[in-house]
Amino acid sequence: MKIRLFRSFLYIILVIFAIYYLLPLYVLVTTSFKSFEEVNVYAMWSPPKKLSFEAFRRALFSKWGYQGLANNFKNSIIMVIPATIFSSFLGSINGYIFTHWTFPGANIIFILMLFGMFIPYQSILIPLVQVLRFLGLFGTISGLVITHVIYGIPITTLIFRNYYSTIPKELMEAAKIDGASFVGVYRRIILPLSLPGFAVVLIWQFTSIWNDFLFGATIALDPAIQPVTVALNNLAGSYFVEWNVQIAGALLVAMPTLAVYLVLGKYFMRGLLAGALKG
Amino acid sequence: MVMWFKRKHDQILSILLVFPSALAILVFVYGFIVLTTYVSFSNWNKLVPDYSFIGAANYLRVFQNPRFLITLRNLGVFTGLFVGGSLILGFLLAVLLDRRIKAEGLFRTIYLYPLALSFIVTGVVWRWLLNPGSPQMGSAGINLLLEKMGLGFLKTGWYTDPRIGIIAVAVAAVWQMSGYVMAMYLAGLRGIPEELREAARVDGASEFQIYRFVVLPLLRPITFGALIVLGHISLKIYDLVVAMTGPGPGYSCDVPAYFMWELTFRANRFGQGAVIACILLIGVSLLILPYLRYSLRREAKI
Repeated sequence: MKIRLFRSFLYIILVIFAIYYLLPLYVLVTTSFKSFEEVNVYAMWSPPKKLSFEAFRRALFSKWGYQGLANNFKNSIIMVIPATIFSSFLGSINGYIFTHWTFPGANIIFILMLFGMFIPYQSILIPLVQVLRFLGLFGTISGLVITHVIYGIPITTLIFRNYYSTIPKELMEAAKIDGASFVGVYRRIILPLSLPGFAVVLIWQFTSIWNDFLFGATIALDPAIQPVTVALNNLAGSYFVEWNVQIAGALLVAMPTLAVYLVLGKYFMRGLLAGALKG
Repeated sequence: MVMWFKRKHDQILSILLVFPSALAILVFVYGFIVLTTYVSFSNWNKLVPDYSFIGAANYLRVFQNPRFLITLRNLGVFTGLFVGGSLILGFLLAVLLDRRIKAEGLFRTIYLYPLALSFIVTGVVWRWLLNPGSPQMGSAGINLLLEKMGLGFLKTGWYTDPRIGIIAVAVAAVWQMSGYVMAMYLAGLRGIPEELREAARVDGASEFQIYRFVVLPLLRPITFGALIVLGHISLKIYDLVVAMTGPGPGYSCDVPAYFMWELTFRANRFGQGAVIACILLIGVSLLILPYLRYSLRREAKI
């Protein structure tokens, strides 16, 4: 009896915490579906009386006073896809070399790379802007892609190195004795075993690049090329934009990464704990 | 001979393939840090670059700036609340979830989803949630909720009240990151053999004593890791402040990373901005370098 009571108490606490975590999501969803007439911060917690898609439409396409987010979604997609693929691929090659083809000094290079993932990016921002300007890449999506690829190298390398070190050395040695070369081992042994590793790294990179704000805000000044996080911040900072439109914008920006988290949560978690280090 | 040649060839190939990444990091991380450090000693405090050396003048100016001192104080308050709050809440949730809970997966998903969101999204939502409302129109957001639950005495002005300011930002940050700590602790708890706790129980230890004297000491590496991760996120906190509050009334929500950006890219005081960047880097390094050494040593032992 005592145990039963204790356990129901346990569940009540868990549910209370669940409500705490879900409150912002509740506001995101209910407010997004409210029409302009229903928007009222003093009735924030009441559900919409009738479903309206007006807020989504206005957040995406409305042009007065601010730019619609639809264009910025396109920018984010153009940015995130190549940046994610390139940085993951580089990480895979580096990880392969740092585990199975080490050369003198490889470990030091790895440690020096690792430090790159913790630095506050403020400490490289000023030269970065200068160099991108010099290369004619400042204020372009290509500039953002290159930036994300380079600063993604440390974390992707780390995750792949940890992942590849679980592949038995004997397997590699056997293949090498059979005459397989650097490329041969990678193609025939590493790559086929890499799929879960790639899933973890691709998801990690996708999420961090999609969610980035600092690089986007610094490099993309023109609203026409801004990633969606930067555009959302502008939209939400404008006094002309109604509350439900801001919230609908936030929900839209959150959708892609939330969807990845809900569908591929297992890999998301693994990246989280593997890269336990990155913020 | 052929074999030897092939080995050599493969080794050269591996070096060549790492080279682009290594060079990129060398230039974009280390080279840029050196440049930023140089800028912090230069006279570049207008739009056009001026690299003439002026010694520590920028450092003096930044440290004499009252706004900078406020951001340091705010960062201290934020770090304490954010790191402490996330650790305590995360640990509590992990302990609760580790008791063979039905629908554990569902609870975990709920506690962890904020982590998938951008700080900008979090900032936009929490700005509205912590919007206190107005005396004429009544309460809004969380205040309204507190009122409805009969907890009206807990109502505050949140980020509009200079006495609270950064604390409101910390509330949102804990909401976002505590699930992460929970996931780390939960993984750690699952690694502790049940026999250990059973043995303690047989010896007559209470549940509380088991956590205090058996579980927590075993989880120390995780606590340490979480402390470092949260600590360095805290030092770098920027996006959340931008989206949620901005500098706030009397700079009560301002943080160094935010001030750095404004100083550099709004006011064109690149030299002074670089000073704050260097201070942030030193702070993060003091936290991370010992941790990197510790983790690499642990790895070497295994």
